[in-house]
Order: sequence, then structure tokens, then C-alpha cells
Amino acid sequence: MGRIWILVGERLALGVITLLVVSALIFVGVELLPGDLAQEILGQSATPETVAAFRHELGLDQPAIQRYFHWLLGAVQGDFGTSLANNRPISELLSVRLGNTLFLAAFAATVSIPLALTLGILAALYRNSIFDRLCNVVALIWVSLPEFFVAYVLILFLAVRVALFPSLSNIDPGMPFGELVYRSFLPALTLVLVVMAHMMRMTRAAIINVLASPYIEMARLKGMSRLRVILYHALPNALAPIINVVALNLAYLVVGVVVVEVVFVYPGLGQLFVDAVTHRDVMVVQSVGLLFAAAYILLNLIADVLSIVTNPRLMGERR
Amino acid sequence: MKTVGKDRPPLLTIRDLRIEGKSTNGWTRLVDGVDLDLARGEVLGLIGESGAGKSTLGLAAMGFTRDGCRITSGSIGFDGIDLARCGEHVRRDFRGKRIAYVAQSAAASFNPAHKLIDQHCEAPVVKKVMPRAKAEAEAVELYRKMRLPQPEGIGFRYPHQVSGGQLQRAMTAMAMACKPDLIIFDEPTTALDVTTQIEVLASIRDIVEQFGTAAIYISHDLAVVAQMADRIMVLKNGRTVETAETRTMLSAPQEEYTKSLWAVRSLERPRQERGTGARPVMSLKNVDAGYGAAKVLEDVSFDIHCGQTVAVVGESGSGKSTAARVISGILKPSRGEVLFEGRKLPADYLSRSREDLRHVQMIYQMPDTALNPRQSIRDIIGRPVEFYLGLKGREKEQRIRALLEQIELDPAIYMDRRPTELSGGQKQRIGIARALAAEPKFIICDEVTSALDQLVAAGILALLARVQKERDLALMFITHDLATVKAVADEVVVMQHGRVVETGAVETVFANPAHAYTTHLLQSVPEMDPDWLTRRTMSNRAVPA
Repeated sequence: MGRIWILVGERLALGVITLLVVSALIFVGVELLPGDLAQEILGQSATPETVAAFRHELGLDQPAIQRYFHWLLGAVQGDFGTSLANNRPISELLSVRLGNTLFLAAFAATVSIPLALTLGILAALYRNSIFDRLCNVVALIWVSLPEFFVAYVLILFLAVRVALFPSLSNIDPGMPFGELVYRSFLPALTLVLVVMAHMMRMTRAAIINVLASPYIEMARLKGMSRLRVILYHALPNALAPIINVVALNLAYLVVGVVVVEVVFVYPGLGQLFVDAVTHRDVMVVQSVGLLFAAAYILLNLIADVLSIVTNPRLMGERR
Repeated sequence: MKTVGKDRPPLLTIRDLRIEGKSTNGWTRLVDGVDLDLARGEVLGLIGESGAGKSTLGLAAMGFTRDGCRITSGSIGFDGIDLARCGEHVRRDFRGKRIAYVAQSAAASFNPAHKLIDQHCEAPVVKKVMPRAKAEAEAVELYRKMRLPQPEGIGFRYPHQVSGGQLQRAMTAMAMACKPDLIIFDEPTTALDVTTQIEVLASIRDIVEQFGTAAIYISHDLAVVAQMADRIMVLKNGRTVETAETRTMLSAPQEEYTKSLWAVRSLERPRQERGTGARPVMSLKNVDAGYGAAKVLEDVSFDIHCGQTVAVVGESGSGKSTAARVISGILKPSRGEVLFEGRKLPADYLSRSREDLRHVQMIYQMPDTALNPRQSIRDIIGRPVEFYLGLKGREKEQRIRALLEQIELDPAIYMDRRPTELSGGQKQRIGIARALAAEPKFIICDEVTSALDQLVAAGILALLARVQKERDLALMFITHDLATVKAVADEVVVMQHGRVVETGAVETVFANPAHAYTTHLLQSVPEMDPDWLTRRTMSNRAVPA
């Protein structure tokens, strides 16, 4: 058991280093954007003197390196600074938005993961049957379409033609749970359709790959039913790739929702991110970027640890 | 050996069974009209080369065909029910409960994700033969009967925590879980060392006798089958060659094919006089080597002379292949040196001259993986010809032709084929040609025949002997098969736990082994005498090793 904690420690340390690198990259990236906040707020007609004075007030005239370390030091202590655009503390802004994004991600995940795994297992069980092919074709179609298109199709059919769900997902943490689910249904459904295919196909492929193993033939020669062979003999040995693809898609649900949030005007991190970029609100852009990176690293760490924990060959004490 | 009673009731009656398998050009016959009778409690040995249909027939006795195979006609009568025609649920119900299977590689056939005892109890519990607690108690009892160490605890380990020989016994115990009427043993000891094999064979035979279980014992090794079976059936290309009581079959085989199988075992090498005082081609001097902290070789020294074959024997993990890696410069020794014609070779192959590299060539165990499947034979052999001898164009072409002729493959046919289009034996011949292409003085042969059938292997050994004579080659022959040693080697080096325990001329060492391990190794080699195992286990128990 001790080895797993050492591994977690190592991965966490690596994750922190990665985050540092990412923070620097984000900072440089934002620096490279043409124009700055002062320019943006004051408009084209402002005199160079006013712009300079405003820059000084915002602290934008300090050298980049200094600003970077100032920001980093604050971020480490949980203080992301104040939004340059509206002077509110960024951490306050983030916490509400993060909560919303996590809600949407959790919503999409609770539907898509069990569904994808079940369909993947069934497709492996009845492989090359009509069911298997149908699953594959449908999944492939949804994953091939750009997500904004999927979103608009859903809006057209489920919000416009038949007014089942609202096309704008205007939510507020104070709403009752049922209302939250109802309002965020369409963005969640879009995400489900987008991430399902990947997970389902990987589950199917991982299981079919294991089915060629001698121990599967052995299980069949022990007279076990097809379902038992798949669930008890094949699935535990196919977990590692499945866990990894699930983690990747979870990360996508948190990090990659920008487009979907914008289409449905969902008040999440993605929406905030896009707004911040348009306003050159660099502090917010940096903070959201850092948060995305952290979520990505953390989910991958969890996936690695789970793959090891579920594999007795890696977990068990050596003889 | 059990007495064979003709009066025992029949259990399995296979009549005119035909099985086909899907191949690239339609269906090919795997089993072609085989009849087979097995009485209750009887053990039938199935023998033949790979592709003879042994496994297909063994699985068919369970009403099972691998994916891509089908039973086209015939019947498989098991205790009054035709397994070829009954419903799948009937067959499935029989499997694991009344007919069980023991696979060739227990290491691959146990599910790595579950503990041994969970896998053992699966069939009895799922098939409602007995509750879990009873199944567990019986598992421990069976583990004890199979002479597994710590029978109470071993079941709670995962397969990777148990050695190969123990796994094979645990698998036999698992097959016994529901007290089946019939067990199919599919080459259960082929992957084991001889010293492990003998223990596994003895425990399998004991338990089969104890429970009066009927068995079909599949093997390509006659001597092993002779120990286990009451009757032997010889298969070739899916047809029965002959069937007879074990003793009759051994003493008086009727068919030519059977006789040829028997004859392979008695291959002997004409003795060769070694020029005394001559400088050895290759020497290891006091070599220590290891991987990381694990020391694999300790103080290993031996010489190999011109025109001579030195066999290096020992069980897996004894350091045979590591010694070869040191000689070829892939692994740097931590102490000691490698001498080529009396001159010290650099430890790392990267610092050796092309000339030094040319004189040390290698032939590998698995011709399938040792040849690049994307290259044609011309490229595979042409590369060393060009690299070492600097031949190009017409000269290179002629050289490749000459090499192919030397290994008895027609250049016109094989030159532009790829390895996948060749049989196992042909691939190994290409491996030999590739080594010869460099015109070396010394070749390391690493288990070159262990992946091949006996008759094919005999052909490869004869070829090696011929080219050795023509070119006065020195060969280092790594093997775990002592019968091969007798057939090919002048001298033998016996290794155990990374040390050389004995060296000497083959006749001397085999006739008068000086070290206890050599004796143990020699006595573990199955002999054609059906009473050999009984004698061996009796004496082993009298004098514990």
C-alpha cells in the first residue's frame, strides 16, 4: 500500500511543476495578445497620456516578469487578484462559475459514463451484430459533428420545434435542483452526445482486445456464460484503458465546454473565459487557464492511480 | 501404470469427426474423419506434430471449437449425449462440471485479475455443484494433493505471484474442482523446465489415478505421453495414423510415420577429436554479470574451440542466455573478460570493430520474431552480406543464392518471399543463413529448435552439423533439452543459479556426472520407458533432493 502513496506524491509534485510551466506559458500567451485592457476600456480616441496614466493605475506598466511573479505569488495563496474589468476579486468570480461548470460536467458525466460503458460492453458482447454496428455508426456520427452544430440541432428540435427545454441555460446556484437540471438539460445533452462515442468505442475495443487472451478461452472452457466471461473475466483486465479514456473525457467536460457554454449562454468558466479574452482582462484569463490546467492534471493523476489500484500485478506485493 | 481393463464402460465415443478451420483461401480440414473411444477412468495419449489437429480434437471432446472453426460432420458421444448436435446450454453445462480442461500455459490461462481460489471456486459455485465454503475447503485439499506449498494460503495469491510449475498444478486442481468424468490435458508441461516437469507429471498422474478420472493427454513429447497414458493415438494432418496400448506402441510401432517420430530421439553425433593445445575461438574468463542489483552470472568461464559444439544447459534463470549476451557485447560484464582467438574483446559491442562483430553471430529461439516481417528474404540475408563483406550488385545476388542453396531452400522460389509466407522450420533456416552470411567463426544458437516440431528440429540440427563441418565453425548451443545436447554437442557446460557447476565432454558428463545438479538434471529427462516416472518418483521420495 505504501508504494501507491509514494506514487501519488511523485505525480502531485510533477503536477505542480507542470502547473508552473503552464502558468508561465499562459502568461506569455496573454502578453502576446495585441492591445491591452487600458486601450480596450478607453477606446481608440484616448490620448496616449491618458492610456499611460491608466496603465500605471492598473499596474500594467511594470515589467512582465515582475507582474508574473506577483500574480503567481497571489495565486498560490488563493488570491487571484482583482478583475481589471470590474474590480471584483477574481476568486469570488471563479468560485461561482467553477461551481456551475462542475455542475454541468457532473450532470453530463453521470449520464454519459454509465451509458457509454454499458453500450460498450453490450457492443463487445454482441460484436459484429446489428446492435454493435448501429451503436458504432450512431456514436461516430455524433462525434464527427462539431459540437456547436449538435447544440443548434438540439435547440432547433427540442427548444424551437417542440418547446420542451429552454434554449438559454440561465442558471443561478440558488435555484432548486430540479430547475437546475431542467435548465441545463440541453447543454448537458450536447456534451453527452459529444463524449459518448469515444468512451463507448474504447470500452468495446479494450474488451475485445482482452477477449483474445488464453484466460478468456479458459473461462469459456469452464462453461461460463458469455455475459459472465465479459463482466468477470474480460472487464477487470480492460479497466486501465477505459479509466484513462473516461478521465480524458471528464477533463474535456470541465475544460472543453467553452463552445457549448457560449451557445447556451451558460454562466460557467468557459463563458467567463471568452468574455475575459474579449475584454483583455488578462488576470481572469490567466486564472481560468490555470484552473483548467489544474483540473486536467488532477483528473489524469486520478486515472493513473486508479489504473494501478485495479491491477493486482502492479498493486500486490512482490514475491 | 494402471491395468487397462477392457470391461470399463465407455465414456467418450467420437465417430468420423470432421472439423474445418477458416483460412485465407476458404476452409481447410483440421480434423479429418477421426474415430476415438475412451472408457471411464482411461488415459489416452494424443501425439503428433503441430498442425496435426491434437488440440482441435481435444477441444472437440468438450464440444468446443475455436472461433473460425466448425464441425462439419461426425458425432461426439459423451455419456450418451452427442455434443456435436445438442444445444449450446447443454455443452456449457458440461464444461467445467463434467469435462474440464488444463491448458498449455497456466501462466496465460489464469486470469491475472483474480486470485487462484476465486477462479478455482468459480465453476462449482456458478454451476451450483457446491456452496463457496465447501468449494474453498476442497480447493485446499486439492492443492495439498497436488503437493503445492502452503496449500491453505496459496489460493489467496494472484497468478503472477506463483511460479509456472505451481500454476500448472493449481490449474490441474482447478480442473478437478467439480470432480469431472474427463479432463483434457493440452501439453500441460511443455512450457516447464525438465526438473519442474517431472514433479508436475507425477502429481497429475497421482490425482488422475486417485479420482479415477478419464483423461486425454495431448503432447508432442513421446516420452512424456508414455508415462501418462494407457493407450496412445498418433495423429498426422488431422487423421489417425495408429492407436495402440502404450507398451505395444513403444516397442512395436506399425506405421512408418510413427517409426520416424521414434527415430528422431536416437540422433547421435559422430565423435570429434579436438586438437589439443589449440587456442580456443571464444573464451569467457571469470565473468560476473547482472541486471541492476541482481547478479545473474558469477565467475563463469568456459572455452569453445574451432569446429566444436559446446552445449550450455540449465533450467530457465540459470544464466545461459545472459552468458550469450555478454559474449555478443549486449550486456557488459561487471568483472572478467571475453576472449576471441586469445584477444580480449571490448565489453560493449559498440566499441568492437566490424571484423570482431562479423565473427560472432547469433541464431535465435523464435524465428517468427527474429525476422523482420516487412523485409523479403533477399533483404534479410543481403543486409549482412553487404554490411560485413561489402558485396554489391551481382556479387551480392550470387552470394545470397549460394547461401539459400546451402540451407536447402530453392533461391528461385524463396528469394523474394517474406517471412510470413514460410513455415517455422524454413524461417529458422533463414535465420541460419543470415548468421552464415557474415562468414563468422563463431555462432551462438539460442534454443534454436525449441519452438519447432521434432522432425523439423532434426532437419535443422542436421543442417547446422553440416555447415559446421564445411566451415569449421565453433558453435555455442544454448538449450534446456538434454536429448538435443546428446545429438549435437561435443562438450557440455552445465549451469545453475548463474554458476558453471560442471563442464566436460558430453559422453563423460552424461555417463558420470560429477555434480549433484547434473545428476538431477539428467534423471529428470523423461525416457521412453513407461515405468520411468514411477521409478524416478519412488527414488526421489526415498532420497529427498
